[in-house]
Amino acid sequence: MSRRWLLPALVLATMVGAWQVAASSGAIAATLRLEDFLVPAPSEIAASLWENRSLLADNAWVTLQEVLLGFGFALVVGLGAAVVLHLSETLRRATYPLIVASQTVPIIVIAPILVVWFGYGIGPKLAIVALICFFPIVVNTLDGLRSVDPDATKMMRTLDASRWQTFRRVEAPTALPYAFSGAKIAVAVAVIGAVFGEWAGSDSGLGHLMLLDNAQLETARLFASVVVLSAIAIALFGLLALAERRIVTWR
Amino acid sequence: MPAEAREFVAEGASPATEGPPGVAVSIRGLGHSYGELRTIERLDLEAPAHGVVGLVGPSGCGKSTLLELISGLQEPVAGEVEVGGAGDPRGRLTRCAYMPQRDLLLPWLSAIDNAALALRNRGARRRAARREAGRLFERFGLAGFEGAAPAELSGGMRQRVAFLRTLVAGKPVLALDEPFASLDAITRAEMQEWLAAALRADPRTVVLVTHDVEEALYLSDRVAVLSARPARVVEELQAPSPRAPDRDAAVTDPGFVAVRERAMLALRGGAG
Ligand SMILES: Nc1ncnc2c1ncn2[C@@H]1O[C@H](COP(=O)(O)OP(=O)(O)OP(=O)(O)O)[C@@H](O)[C@H]1O
Ligand SMILES: [Mg+2]
Repeated sequence: MSRRWLLPALVLATMVGAWQVAASSGAIAATLRLEDFLVPAPSEIAASLWENRSLLADNAWVTLQEVLLGFGFALVVGLGAAVVLHLSETLRRATYPLIVASQTVPIIVIAPILVVWFGYGIGPKLAIVALICFFPIVVNTLDGLRSVDPDATKMMRTLDASRWQTFRRVEAPTALPYAFSGAKIAVAVAVIGAVFGEWAGSDSGLGHLMLLDNAQLETARLFASVVVLSAIAIALFGLLALAERRIVTWR
Repeated sequence: MPAEAREFVAEGASPATEGPPGVAVSIRGLGHSYGELRTIERLDLEAPAHGVVGLVGPSGCGKSTLLELISGLQEPVAGEVEVGGAGDPRGRLTRCAYMPQRDLLLPWLSAIDNAALALRNRGARRRAARREAGRLFERFGLAGFEGAAPAELSGGMRQRVAFLRTLVAGKPVLALDEPFASLDAITRAEMQEWLAAALRADPRTVVLVTHDVEEALYLSDRVAVLSARPARVVEELQAPSPRAPDRDAAVTDPGFVAVRERAMLALRGGAG
């Protein structure tokens, strides 16, 4: 493990340690005037992770599918939309302000409507995840495409490039790091979207499990779900960062 | 047969690309503007086939714009630009290769793939394109740098690759925009000799923009001094010893110095 991880790891360990001490001594519960079992220590969460591993894994798989499918769909459509908006000035003028304005719509709160329309299945979750992933992907990719140096485009024209060749050899590589930034933001919010989707109505998934835990005051397992959700988000983000380093070698 | 062409036969070098035919550039009464901003007005300029015309002028006077007009990347609002008899932008584009002011090497491509861009755009397979561009790398002192990333190259090397990329396009006319502006004085002198040798071996019609009067007079057959915006030609000067093999001797010759002084004077007058 490289040195640059050392300090953050120390900070994290210190925080978890402090939490452990504060929670197991009953200090947090006393301050907040709560029952002790409502404030699980990290060690109890770890124990719960282990005891409920197959339950957590089953539900994590459901949520992961929602995240991956929703994100994948948004990636394909988002990249495509960015290219179309880049190529057509008219379309960009007509729709870009609307796309930006649409961000003021709290997409997550329309989840219940989607559940009414599409039922408890995976459909509404995919829709939510895809909708919130779409924006960062489109906006960042379009920014990247538009950041191309006009002189480079001119140079390509005198080097006999077709529109497509200019896109493939200059515009797409220029936009690639931007697209990765967008995708990394998207994958982080995708997990949030999936959980909200499940809260609106579902019979499986980590979000669904959290609702049950909440009702049954299973606080340790509730936190265990949060840990798993974070791990999923971090892992996906890490995979994208890794792919970016492999592909965008010139930065 | 033009003078330079005879010279390269005499030197026994083989032409780099299958030597494009000589093509003349002819500009008459040219006018151009960006909206309200008048950049060029009633400008006349002739570059004969395989001739090199240098353009010097105050900064912002419209030199790059003029090169873009010649290359078919812009359209005049008045007058005409003809390249090899073609006045339409399409025809000019197919006859001109434009080397922009900054090298604009694509960082995701190796040096050789940057140089081979035009061949790839015309549908050559990667191997064939590399082979053809590779021949030029050897002839022009870049052997061994084929696989280098642009970021690994020195300023001079980058300009060489950028120039080869322009040359490889095989166009009869080269529009070069301040090709050596970013280089230090010593590298720049080296690059001028290098370009002079390249043009002796592979003659093209060249329109060369530079802000360095000495560079213009050394590399060109004729130098046009432009006025401040809107640009016109205020003076045309014949170069005493275009692309002489011994650059140091050529530029310190009293005849050369006298012409240079005249050009400087015209430049100041035009700018004033
Ligand atoms: N695309 C454009 N739209 C509007 N104005 C432009 C555009 N390109 C250049 N100009 C302006 O037109 C004028 C001429 O520009 P141009 O780049 O041709 O000058 P130049 O002689 O090449 O300058 P420099 O010596 O800085 O390279 C400048 O005032 C510039 O700001
Ligand atoms: Mg310029």
